[in-house]
Amino acid sequence: MKNSSRRGFMGKAFGAVAGVGAVASLYAMKRSWDPLPSVKAAGFTTLDMTAYKENELVVEKWRGKPIFVLKHSKEMIDTLDENKSQITGESLGEIDKKRLVKIGNDYFMVTIGLCTHLGCIPGYNPDEKSFLCACHGGLYDDTGMVTKSPPPRGLDIPPFRIDGMKLVLGEEGPEYKKMKETGITL
Amino acid sequence: MAHFTKAKSLHDWLNQRLAIDTLRRVLATEYWIPKNINFLWAMGMVLAITFALLLVSGIFLLMYYQPNVDLAFDSVNYTIMQEVGYGWLWRHIHGVAASVVFLIIYIHMFTGIYYGSYKKGREMIWISGMLLFVAFSAEAFSGYMLPWGQMSYWAGMVITNLFSMGGLQLDGLVEWIRGDYIPAQAFLNRFFMLHVLLIPLAIIGLIVLHFGALRIPHVNNQDGEEIDFEAEAAKYKAGNKKESKVIAFVNDFMSKDMMVVSIYLIFFFYLVFYHYDFAMDPVNFDPADGLKTPTHIYPEWYFLWSYEILRPFSTNVGLIAFAFAQVIFFLLPFLDRSPNAVPASRRGLFKYWFWAMLIDMIILTGMGKLPPEGIFSTIGLYAALLFIGLWIVLPFITKFEKKV
Repeated sequence: MKNSSRRGFMGKAFGAVAGVGAVASLYAMKRSWDPLPSVKAAGFTTLDMTAYKENELVVEKWRGKPIFVLKHSKEMIDTLDENKSQITGESLGEIDKKRLVKIGNDYFMVTIGLCTHLGCIPGYNPDEKSFLCACHGGLYDDTGMVTKSPPPRGLDIPPFRIDGMKLVLGEEGPEYKKMKETGITL
Repeated sequence: MAHFTKAKSLHDWLNQRLAIDTLRRVLATEYWIPKNINFLWAMGMVLAITFALLLVSGIFLLMYYQPNVDLAFDSVNYTIMQEVGYGWLWRHIHGVAASVVFLIIYIHMFTGIYYGSYKKGREMIWISGMLLFVAFSAEAFSGYMLPWGQMSYWAGMVITNLFSMGGLQLDGLVEWIRGDYIPAQAFLNRFFMLHVLLIPLAIIGLIVLHFGALRIPHVNNQDGEEIDFEAEAAKYKAGNKKESKVIAFVNDFMSKDMMVVSIYLIFFFYLVFYHYDFAMDPVNFDPADGLKTPTHIYPEWYFLWSYEILRPFSTNVGLIAFAFAQVIFFLLPFLDRSPNAVPASRRGLFKYWFWAMLIDMIILTGMGKLPPEGIFSTIGLYAALLFIGLWIVLPFITKFEKKV
């Protein structure tokens, strides 16, 4: 009896030590699977916004994903302002401009260049000022809004912070947070 | 200490130390197999041989493969295919076997379903077999990443994206699995580790469990007859081989097993030498490019049926349907409420259930390959709904099944 209780105690003591060890090693294993600090540090891209030309799509790379940067010309903004919603009479430009990033006096479309349907990369037509996804025929306008389904929503906007004439992708600035709150992007 | 005597032969020397005679008796010469079976009972051995082919060809590929995003594609498509003597042979064996192994697994599974070999004490055989199916699926997927072509990359992207669980938006989990924001070096390295070490270890362990699960209930037979193995074995050992309902695993059953294996291997090497291209997607001969998506992304044929269950629905519903399809086969022994462990042909409504399920899965496979447009999309949707419906009615039709 005395022996067996001593054995029982040793069993429980071993169980406790082994339990702590198991949890600790699981934590170490989880941490080893985490993205490396160098990978995380490379998760930021800084764009110099003075270098872009009007109505010319440039594809940048952020976290391995394509990023569409399109500088809007004066006439593109005017066209947006002229379009009025047939129902509310509100200027569509006011709605669409919320999707654009204003740096200095210029408006830019900055989005992740992956179709929100199945992740293909749409192509830009500078004459039509629209993006066509060849995979399933989805169409977006020059602010990244869907004009023809199947895409369920407009092109996603990456987290950004405005820093003077520069744009830092990967950081959440107040302008981006506002877009997220108002549901302009996910 | 045990008592050892001076050995009379090498056999005796080993026998004293390792009991090789006992081992041989327990594992081979006195492991009893029913006589009343057909060639479908040889699929287990066919699978074991295919696994051996995968292992051996994999070892040779491993000697030259480079798990590095800059080198992987060329190490496969140039070094192994062009430079290494007979490197093409190992690659084609590996690729063809990876595809054919699923064909045999499906035949093996549907044989089990048809003959009711998952009931009356055989539940663990079924469950360990399903675990093997999951392990083989993970092995196939991780191996598909390694050549680092366009299909590798985008399949890796799409499949790991499933872990964001649709509306739950668990992007952090996806990034954790990948070790990066996109499939990159960390991703290739860890899937390489999984493919060559962790999953094969799990597979070998599960094969042992699968064989062990077979030991006590024994192999089923064509009529689902309950055999008194001890009595029948006694007849066999007494020399009454003709009347006994069982034969020994070695040499009796193995000779027939290997006959089927031989025919299979002729078919297999015909594919390896003349039709290996069916297992090699042309899109995967373009190097991985994160800035260019292939027009159509589809999995290998053996995953198409579950892909088609995911596809026709909206994101969240699709994921739930997909998860359902992945686990439901595990529950077969418990959803089948009938005590009859006989061939489906003698089981009333279950007969129709069996053929409906088989045909439905073939239709889902076909639709999964076609672009999701127009009529194909509609057929796919109804086939997916039928799949789910069949599993829901299974407990009811089997509960009211007449006892045979």
